[in-house]
Amino acid sequence: MLSRSAAPLSPPITNGSGAAAILSAGIGCFALAALALAADKSPAVRSFLNFYKPTGPLSGVTTSAILIWIITWVLLELLWRNRTVAFSGIKIAALFLLALSFLLTFPPVGDLL
Amino acid sequence: MDITLRGLWTMIHGMAFGALYLLACSGAILEFHRLTTAAPYSEPTLAQERFLKAYLVAMVVLSWAAVFTGAYIIYPWYRVVPPRAVPPHDAPNLAMFPQRLLQSNPATAAWHSFGMEWKEHVAWFAPISITMVAFTFIRYGRHLRRHQQIRAAVLVFAAASFVAAGIAGFLGAMINKAAPIQGGPVIHLRPSQE
Repeated sequence: MLSRSAAPLSPPITNGSGAAAILSAGIGCFALAALALAADKSPAVRSFLNFYKPTGPLSGVTTSAILIWIITWVLLELLWRNRTVAFSGIKIAALFLLALSFLLTFPPVGDLL
Repeated sequence: MDITLRGLWTMIHGMAFGALYLLACSGAILEFHRLTTAAPYSEPTLAQERFLKAYLVAMVVLSWAAVFTGAYIIYPWYRVVPPRAVPPHDAPNLAMFPQRLLQSNPATAAWHSFGMEWKEHVAWFAPISITMVAFTFIRYGRHLRRHQQIRAAVLVFAAASFVAAGIAGFLGAMINKAAPIQGGPVIHLRPSQE
């Protein structure tokens, strides 16, 4: 029996919205790591990403990554919001991208590439 | 007792936003896990659920405040370049140019080439991850019990957010110890006792 203070559960929600949020977070982190690496390796990319001079290329790297993350999230949310998606593959992809992001931002690894 | 404006902003960035976020992280991960596990004794009340949602939103605000103040207020002071037209025998005092100060000494250069290079990027994983965690919890609430895979992935991202903030916080503290951000107007916290 539910206690008086416990909230009643409303009808089940599909997993699409959660999958969209999780995958886009993985993509956002990876975009940031990939752009940071590209800015480190290529003077042209570094110059292009110099959106705000006092902060340097970091401003372009982070702004672009945030835009990629938000746009991906909105698109996936619109596509999957009311759907039940195969989550296992999405979870593996998101966690792989997150792990790869940590690895790529680690300077000794970035220097090897 | 004085503090410079730049020193004050560095404290706000590191202590008020960064350290508070790290403190909040450990509590959130535990509470999140407790409220979303299937054990019947942990059935959350509406008030508990609302509290965790507000707590997560506060963490989102803290994490974004930490990275934005870091990137757009502190970092420009860190990487400012000293004036070029100074003869070598009259070199500027590098204390006002933290990045150059670190690079000027082989014993401290790695705090920039490794420490700042990693910190300035890895820190951003924290707000991205915790924003997703907060959104997912607000959207699903206790329904997460029925979505074990989503719950597991969300917990990994919450832990990743904690690790990213921890790396950034540790490196930031060490860098600021080796080459403190200084300058700007002096704020007198307490009048001198002369």
